[in-house]
Amino acid sequence: MSDGYAIDVSGLNKHFGDKHVVKDVSLRVRRGEILGFLGPNGSGKTTTIRMMCGLLKPDSGSGTCLGFDIRRDSGQIKRRVGYMTQKFSYWDDLTIRENLDFVARMYDMPDRSGAVGRTLTGLGLTDRANQLTGTLSGGWKQRLALAACLLHDPELLLLDEPTAGVDPGARRDFWEELQRLSAAGISVLVSTHYMDEAERCHKLAYLSEGRLLAQGTSQEVIATQGLITWAIHGGNLSNLSETLQRLPGVEQTVLFGAMLHVSGRDGELLERTLRATASGTGFRMEKVDTGLEDVFIYKMKQSAKESGPGA
Amino acid sequence: MSPLNGFSLSRWWSIVLKEFLQLRRDRLTFAMIVGIPLVQLTLFGYAINTDPRHMPTAVISADHSEMTRTMIASMKTSGYFDIVAELPDEEAGRAALARGEVQFILNIPAGFTRGVLRGERPALLVEADATDPMATGMALASIDRLAAVVAAKDLTGPLAFLAAGQAPFDVRVHRLYNPEGITQYNIIPGLMGVILTMTMVLMTGLAITKELERGTMENLLAMPVRPFEVMTGKIVPYIAIGLIQATIIVLAARIAFRIPFAGSVVMLYVAVLLFVAANLTVGITLSSLAKNQLQAMQMTFFYFLPNILLSGFMFPFQGMPSWARFIGNLLPLTYFNRLTRGIFLKGNGWWDLWPNLWPLMVFTVVVMTVAVKFYRRTLD
Repeated sequence: MSDGYAIDVSGLNKHFGDKHVVKDVSLRVRRGEILGFLGPNGSGKTTTIRMMCGLLKPDSGSGTCLGFDIRRDSGQIKRRVGYMTQKFSYWDDLTIRENLDFVARMYDMPDRSGAVGRTLTGLGLTDRANQLTGTLSGGWKQRLALAACLLHDPELLLLDEPTAGVDPGARRDFWEELQRLSAAGISVLVSTHYMDEAERCHKLAYLSEGRLLAQGTSQEVIATQGLITWAIHGGNLSNLSETLQRLPGVEQTVLFGAMLHVSGRDGELLERTLRATASGTGFRMEKVDTGLEDVFIYKMKQSAKESGPGA
Repeated sequence: MSPLNGFSLSRWWSIVLKEFLQLRRDRLTFAMIVGIPLVQLTLFGYAINTDPRHMPTAVISADHSEMTRTMIASMKTSGYFDIVAELPDEEAGRAALARGEVQFILNIPAGFTRGVLRGERPALLVEADATDPMATGMALASIDRLAAVVAAKDLTGPLAFLAAGQAPFDVRVHRLYNPEGITQYNIIPGLMGVILTMTMVLMTGLAITKELERGTMENLLAMPVRPFEVMTGKIVPYIAIGLIQATIIVLAARIAFRIPFAGSVVMLYVAVLLFVAANLTVGITLSSLAKNQLQAMQMTFFYFLPNILLSGFMFPFQGMPSWARFIGNLLPLTYFNRLTRGIFLKGNGWWDLWPNLWPLMVFTVVVMTVAVKFYRRTLD
């Protein structure tokens, strides 16, 4: 059943006290696939990832990770999964080499010093190998963490916001590395807040308040929402945005610097409203493809509306 | 520039409020604020007695007469001595003292009564385990008065002439193990256990909470390592540290304090090893119970307090009421104090040490089981 799936879980639930943080989440990730895990802060992404690698026990639900039962075989799963925590979690008071050595010993690597040496070379850190890890910059720590969780040749990577606080250049390098790994058959589940990263994933899953709201390729996710989007260029867009929000057919406005995205499900009504309000006033407008960002902001607002404040 | 320049009552009050709010949510600190005075008052008020009474005493009697019965009875009524055994000979008496089963031996020689009646002024022998001068001092002082009591009761009528003038018999006191009653002889070997308790429990107490606080625990839990491997692995370096500490204390005891060393070095290190292991399991257990390093330190302090007061280190063990001795008997330091004093001062052998060795082993196994049970296998 789970042949071809690196992750195949269904109906996962998790409570912390009386808070229901993960609600009936079912996910599938094919081998060699990169699944982008999206959702606002506190939506349950980290909790879901932790349940998959045995760090948390689900209250209910079942499934497999690399063919092993997530409830019973967490030992087997841990051996085959590389998990990168959201917060850097290697030892600051060990050197880079000592950290990698520790990891290699943990996984009983046969050629330990060889593996550590290769990783150091790959990172370009060979001459800094004896530097204390705590002295590394954020970007380097992130690269080290990825290298360390790849050290034991895992079949599946679980990456929890790996690029938070990392500069664009390092992010680009990081994603090129992920794509190489994916091409080599390694499956990846990566959570992120960046839309450009989401576009690079084969599949997306969107989580909000513990519930999985959308899953599929980015085109599929966008299409299911049926949003029509117009882009408006011009000056003083923030006033225009406020005006538009109260008008019929406009369900969402999102300001991107010098451009305003206006979206709604009823295309005709939206177009009429826009033409009546914005044409001939120095604004230039065009119909554009709805982007992932539009869709996710829309979904976030929707789920907030449904549950109401403080629910 | 007055510090009150520009003082804002509202800003000041906001600090006061914040501290109260945080204090109220820090349950363990709050428990300490309430608990420590209560614990200290109970221990110092009820458990600790610097004039210990009812100390176990054995009698070796080769002479049974009205007069010896009066002697034993008056020892009992002094309140200092509880007669717990009747021993056949000197050898059995020494063994009982060495194992710490009795604190005193009253040795009545054959023909004692006849000697008194003949006016020969025979001698009674009282042997005392003087390891802890505080425990025996007052009791021994009371013994001198006993001769007069016996004389007043039994030497009356025609025998009254024997009671007049000099005492009718001698009481000879042998202070064993620490004849000069030097306090350091008792304190320094005891200090060894106190220092080891403090450092071992504190250092391992921080071992797991440190990982939790730095976020490295999540990484450790995601790796295929078993709780038992983590726990015992974290303990091993501290065993080495404990042995080094013990060596430093032994050398200081010998060189700086000139404490006699009557026993065997091997036995001492075996005792240290078992004691260090017992303390490390306590530390690792506290560490898996505590949420952060501060809590671990507070718990260590809680653990340390009864150890200092109830283990016989600072105050005589025999002087405490039975409930306090019961608590004391649950603490490894109580046994280790007996072991170090036994090895340093009494020259105890394996057979004498065994009653204080096996409780350390049992303690370690039980606490380690608890520790592994409470170790976080997940982040739940």
